[in-house]
Amino acid sequence: MYNVTVNGKKLELEKTLTIKDYLESACVDPKIVVVEHNYEIPDKSKWNEIALKDGDNLEIVKFIGGG
Amino acid sequence: MMNKANTNSENAKSEYANSENINSENINSEYEFHEGLRYSRQIILDGFGAEGQAMLKKAKILVAGSGGLGSPALLYLAAAGVGNIGLVDFDTVTSSNLNRQILHFTSDLGRRKTDSAEEKLNKLNPEVKVIKHNARIDIDNVEDIISGYDVVIDATDNFTARYLISDCCYFMKKPLVEGAAVGLDGILMTIIPDKTPCYRCLYPYPPEDGVLPTCSDVGILGAVTGVIGSMQALEAIKLVVGIGQNVTSRILAFDALASSFREVKWSKRESCPLCGKEPKITELVQYEIKCRIKGLD
Repeated sequence: MYNVTVNGKKLELEKTLTIKDYLESACVDPKIVVVEHNYEIPDKSKWNEIALKDGDNLEIVKFIGGG
Repeated sequence: MMNKANTNSENAKSEYANSENINSENINSEYEFHEGLRYSRQIILDGFGAEGQAMLKKAKILVAGSGGLGSPALLYLAAAGVGNIGLVDFDTVTSSNLNRQILHFTSDLGRRKTDSAEEKLNKLNPEVKVIKHNARIDIDNVEDIISGYDVVIDATDNFTARYLISDCCYFMKKPLVEGAAVGLDGILMTIIPDKTPCYRCLYPYPPEDGVLPTCSDVGILGAVTGVIGSMQALEAIKLVVGIGQNVTSRILAFDALASSFREVKWSKRESCPLCGKEPKITELVQYEIKCRIKGLD
């Protein structure tokens, strides 16, 4: 078990998840978001390589363009 | 020859004189007094003052889009006395606009949004000059349009325009207030070129074709665009007057259901294709991005 903060909320996770895995588990379409991981912005191509660890911080921001 | 702002102002002065039985010889000083009354509630704010009001009067602010975001933004800029307000829109008023595009009324159906907006803004405040740009923002006109303004508010509804506006503002070093809303979500950030993260620090490249929902897919509540659009006006006013803190180097993400704002700190990206160490975007790009489903508007 390990703790990750996602969008300001603490979550307890069991399995090792990459950023991409996490998004899929949360039913977030990776095509419509940008992600900040530990205050860095990894390229989308790395999302399936970066494994979440205890204490990590994720901010997921949707692409919003309507007006 | 009087321009339209002067004509509106003179008409308003005459109406005021008649309503108050004021001697026409005294009208100018009386009207200035009345104008001072109009802004009295903001002039007395700490840090604002007559100086701040004078700055607003001289300011030139462009609002790209006069729809859901643009309507409240334009109304509040006019109410505050921003002297020169540009508005860009190519569209006409349709029924499904009316739940949120509060500058436009039922009686405006079929009318150009720029004309509808101009009429309401002049009625609200005849002292401001409204400059209409009846056009769809594209790669050929965006520089000319933006060049005449100090600050730009992006109230458009598509990424093609957003990337043109944000890149152009970066190249021309114009502060930009980005806002967007769809469904029950909104987002707000202010960009000062080279000092703060730019639009592409957040969204380096547009989303893939056909993946994004539009307001006609997922819906939009007027009060949500009202929140973001009003805050865009507030950001622009603060930039001009030089008070408070702008939403720079951070994003405000609005959750309308929870009525909460989440602040996300966002830094300049070294790898940003526009403002990063090795820029890849060195000239304007017009992306053709289709939304998921083409709805009624």
